[in-house]
Amino acid sequence: MSGPMLTARDAGLAVCHDCGQLVRLAGDHHHCPRCHAAVHLRRPNSIARSWALLISAAICYIPANVLPVTVVDALGKTQGDTIISGVLYFLHHGDWPLALVIFTASIAVPMSKIAMLMYLLVSSQRRSVWRPVDRTRVYRIVELIGRWSMLDMFVVTILVALVQLGFFATMHAGAGAPYFGAVVVLTMLAAQQFDPRLIWDAVEARDDR
Amino acid sequence: MCPGHAHPGCSVECIHGGLRRLRSAVDRRCGIATIAADDDQLPPALAACHECDLLNQVPALAPGASARCARCNSLLCRNPPNSIERCLALTVSSLFLFIVANSYAFLRFGTPGNMRTTTLVTGVVSLWTEGQYLLAALIMMVGVIMPGFLIVLGLYVLLPLYLGRRVPDAADVIRLLMHVREWAMVEVFVVGILVAYVKLANMAELLPGVSAYAFALLMITQAWTNSSLEPRVVWRRLAALS
Repeated sequence: MSGPMLTARDAGLAVCHDCGQLVRLAGDHHHCPRCHAAVHLRRPNSIARSWALLISAAICYIPANVLPVTVVDALGKTQGDTIISGVLYFLHHGDWPLALVIFTASIAVPMSKIAMLMYLLVSSQRRSVWRPVDRTRVYRIVELIGRWSMLDMFVVTILVALVQLGFFATMHAGAGAPYFGAVVVLTMLAAQQFDPRLIWDAVEARDDR
Repeated sequence: MCPGHAHPGCSVECIHGGLRRLRSAVDRRCGIATIAADDDQLPPALAACHECDLLNQVPALAPGASARCARCNSLLCRNPPNSIERCLALTVSSLFLFIVANSYAFLRFGTPGNMRTTTLVTGVVSLWTEGQYLLAALIMMVGVIMPGFLIVLGLYVLLPLYLGRRVPDAADVIRLLMHVREWAMVEVFVVGILVAYVKLANMAELLPGVSAYAFALLMITQAWTNSSLEPRVVWRRLAALS
């Protein structure tokens, strides 16, 4: 691309979040002429909303890991399994591919997602100009991987429905399961609220100086 | 009306997007100047990057081509070949697969005298009866309601576009469609079936049902629809109708 880099905001234009239509801003309230969504220059209160959702997710993440996600009644005994003990169980039984899948979806993805979003929020608040292309890529990864944490909740649903062998083994969802579901939804919402253009606004502010 | 040229007289001939040769023959007969050699080319446009707000001059895109932001390299837009037609075909396939996937059991498990079968809905019901209301509602949402809603909305948008008809509130439905996409998690559920299968395989007799295959195919058709659905193409076709 030749010439100076011009952003939509510099040109007095706002992009519709929903359909990408460029809208010329005049006055206070705007709606996209094409898809009727509310149009803003940047997502309103992006950082505050994203923090609120992310902190809620981080709080829910504690009971999600401490409380059991599945409870098995087998031969008169009751045993609760947390996410981590489930991974360790398969690891000890030599079933490492399954342990890896559960570890990735239930531990690595939610934890790295919370950490990456926190980093994006802190660095945007500090108006960091460090490696904006890579930080935008981090945001893209966060959006891409978020849904995969739902994997364990689907597995719990299937197991609860199927493992009903009366006295021999009956499986229930544990108290931690709804918290884990909440973590997935809250982190997805937090990622939606974050506006990656804030990363670039800081870069432009430095270039203007 | 033809999407490419503003002429009200040739609506019938343009119903079938694939029959481009017929269309250009009709155009010649009607004396319409064809704008571009290839109608499927997406014209150049000014577009702001969703991720860094840079204004990009997007060049004309041939079918199959895509454009990326000059600054942050995020995807600006693509021109999937026969986007509307392909998405419609895939959405119709998804509809049938969705019905099969949710009508039959995807796994059968147990001892010969005590076989349990489950569909996704009965799985949600057993969570609900255990008192796991929040989890049951969440799984119902991302596993059944949103994927089904996505198909219905897709048909409502794509079928009229394909037939060259206008339907009420098409713009709002397209907007809704783009939001619903994020919460339909068929592909995650398919991996969930696989994980549950491996977990249970040693415990008792375990058989996959027809629905498991339907879910696997549904995962493919929905992912393929997502990769073939370009908002700009949809909006352009819609604008050409009004």
